[in-house]
Amino acid sequence: MSEEEDVFRIVIDPKDHRDLPRTVITDCPSDLMNKTGSWRTLRPIVDKDKCIKCGICWKFCPDVSIHVKEEGAEVDYDFCKGCGICAKECPVDAIEMKKEEDYV
Amino acid sequence: MADIPEKELMRKGTTACPGCGAAHAMRYVLKAVGEESIINIPACCWAVIPGVYPSRNLDIPLLYTAFETTGASSSGVRAALNAKDVDPREVTVVGFAGDGGTADIGIQAFSGCVERGTDTIQIMYDNEAYMNTGIQRSGETPYGAWTTTTPVGSEKEWKKQPKKNMMEIANAHGIPYAATVSVGHPELMIEKIKKAKEIPGPKFIHIYAPCPTGWRSDPSNTIELCKLAVDSCVFPLYEIENGEYNIYKKPKDKVPVKEYLKLQGRFRHLPGEEVEKIQKNVDREWELLLEKEKFTKRENEE
Amino acid sequence: MSEMKIVSGNYAAAYGSKLSRAEVVAAYPITPQTEVVEKIAQLVAEGEMDAEFIKVESEHSAMAASIAASNAGARAFTATSAHGLALMHELLMWASGARLPVVMTNINRAMGPPWSVWADHHDTLAQKGTGQLQFFCENNQEVLDSVIMAYKICEDEEIMLPAMIVEDAFILSHTKEPVEIYDQELVDDFLPSYDPDYKLDVDQPLGFGSLGMPDWYMDFRYKIFEAMEKVPEKVEEVNQEFKEVFGRDPGGLIEEYKTDGVDVLIVTMGSISSTSKDVIDELREEGHNIGLARLRTFRPFPVEKFRELIKGVNVVGVLDRNYTFGHGGDAAREIKDAIYGHHEPIVKDYIVGLGGRDLTPKILKNIMEDAIALQDKGLDKEIEWVDLKVNQKRWRR
Repeated sequence: MSEEEDVFRIVIDPKDHRDLPRTVITDCPSDLMNKTGSWRTLRPIVDKDKCIKCGICWKFCPDVSIHVKEEGAEVDYDFCKGCGICAKECPVDAIEMKKEEDYV
Repeated sequence: MADIPEKELMRKGTTACPGCGAAHAMRYVLKAVGEESIINIPACCWAVIPGVYPSRNLDIPLLYTAFETTGASSSGVRAALNAKDVDPREVTVVGFAGDGGTADIGIQAFSGCVERGTDTIQIMYDNEAYMNTGIQRSGETPYGAWTTTTPVGSEKEWKKQPKKNMMEIANAHGIPYAATVSVGHPELMIEKIKKAKEIPGPKFIHIYAPCPTGWRSDPSNTIELCKLAVDSCVFPLYEIENGEYNIYKKPKDKVPVKEYLKLQGRFRHLPGEEVEKIQKNVDREWELLLEKEKFTKRENEE
Repeated sequence: MSEMKIVSGNYAAAYGSKLSRAEVVAAYPITPQTEVVEKIAQLVAEGEMDAEFIKVESEHSAMAASIAASNAGARAFTATSAHGLALMHELLMWASGARLPVVMTNINRAMGPPWSVWADHHDTLAQKGTGQLQFFCENNQEVLDSVIMAYKICEDEEIMLPAMIVEDAFILSHTKEPVEIYDQELVDDFLPSYDPDYKLDVDQPLGFGSLGMPDWYMDFRYKIFEAMEKVPEKVEEVNQEFKEVFGRDPGGLIEEYKTDGVDVLIVTMGSISSTSKDVIDELREEGHNIGLARLRTFRPFPVEKFRELIKGVNVVGVLDRNYTFGHGGDAAREIKDAIYGHHEPIVKDYIVGLGGRDLTPKILKNIMEDAIALQDKGLDKEIEWVDLKVNQKRWRR
């Protein structure tokens, strides 16, 4: 089953109260609802050449928005809020925080 | 990374502030307790962090409950599971409340839950003030801190009382297991919560969870603050198992408390003599803890 | 086998929860409810009742734990009184907002100060807006019956609301009466086990009770309104079924006692109804066309039923064992509200028996004669405080 099919057991885009469960029972994955990347004012940029794939950035990301892939750490910009913990904690300084406005 | 389960049970898309220690806390708690768990959350930042209806942020069942009821709510869930013959070692019931919800308004239900020997893990994620309502002092706000209800004007009305010691309060109940953990030390945190999960009866976990918004600290410093809190002995990492103290991470070289304080705007107003006073108190508490460890370990060896 | 036992109202409530197979009981002792807690503790200790009994540290926690247990799919029961109920206030609303069929007994007791442990309906009526269904009982048998029926009503998937079964302090709670303790199998047939469609379940990780923004909050409230609207019919339906299975009629929404074509209608709630019925008989023998309506279901208020009942009636005399601060008694106000714009008889509110003050047949007869006299002289005052020191001579003569 794909994730899309596995969700919304309770509510599929309710139109009015008749579509609602009897009380606030929630089942719509937050990652489909809240794209928090838009909050960002600073943007982490990973230098893949420097990255040693240690996973410390992944470990300390409060938003589960950085993952170590084959080529190195990769930021999920849909959700990253730009807190800068990854850049601060990176042991080889492979992540730099840059102004978001330069990228939009 | 070997000690940190890869599976995420906290989804992306939380509405936590950037650099939120409480978001870290939930992420690691869930990694430790696993999918076969039910979590009770009262009014606190975490009542908002999962998002509004119909958003679901956790991949375990979540029961939101009234502010002062976490211990009672956890007791009710555990009782229902008992009634259905679901073993506490199969399904873990977790109470996950902030410092206000545990140490202030929720202390009665917490105490009742622990006193009754309820097989749950009661977690206090401690960001040291009422952060969800906008930084008001709680019983867990440390001495010297600015909050919106301990404002620093000409009268210097910063928090004048010490932080309430919930570990001792839990221990005074004869609790089988209590531990302090820090989101800056996730491997240890997961290890201790996994340990708690296997122990029958009530357990208490005190999580140190910095709040950049309320502490007036840079969001990128959240983990740095955790390390400094432990290394300066402001927040020692220790566990109490059936009355026996064990400091499981002792700093090699104690960092001066001022190094910890200076990263936080909430302490900016403190004059040198106040910082000195805080340092003395931290030293005293640390010595006391070492003595407790020595005494209780010796006691058990005899 | 069903058996007759001589038990107090408190024991009747405890037996009601046992027969309903309540799976989780969370309760805190308070006079005059204490015996409910003690009896359940005993039934559980002796293995007669298969329930988890949480000896909580407060009534607030009692309801919080009951709510959580119900949310986890267990049938939950609790009991309290007066100040305990007031302490539960927040959670009474939580239970209805969360649409959980928690059933409780409240032993009606006056609120302090002055401290009082005696009968008075103010505690219950102060909670009328919390979304709890409220059933007022006349005798101990009805207490037991109502607990069983409440689960049946509340667990209906169209209803899913909490309920309180209310009985008067001491007059019922501590007075022993013969009560039929039904055969368990009979009750099991009547009341199937509780099996909600959505509950806390590790195989289906849902969230319960999250934040609702203004764009949905009101619609969720409307769903409670819809459920409440369905309750009166459900009450009558379950009452009928109960009658067929157990051979006993607890009274549905309103118990009508000799109300056909009456000129004067007396409205009572709870234990004073029994004595009042005797007085009604006496007055009818004296030639007065008077009857009694016992208001059994206070929430939701049986509006339609009242409108039917007052057709052709000249005077409605309401005995309010409560004074809800600021105006008069709650029952009279609710009745006036219900009949407004329909046939409108004289409605007089008699404030009676607060804090356990005794209501003798003599006083009740004087009240009813006062109501009868209103037919000729018209309404003298809207709210009459009966049997105060200052007017005792008149009401006790």
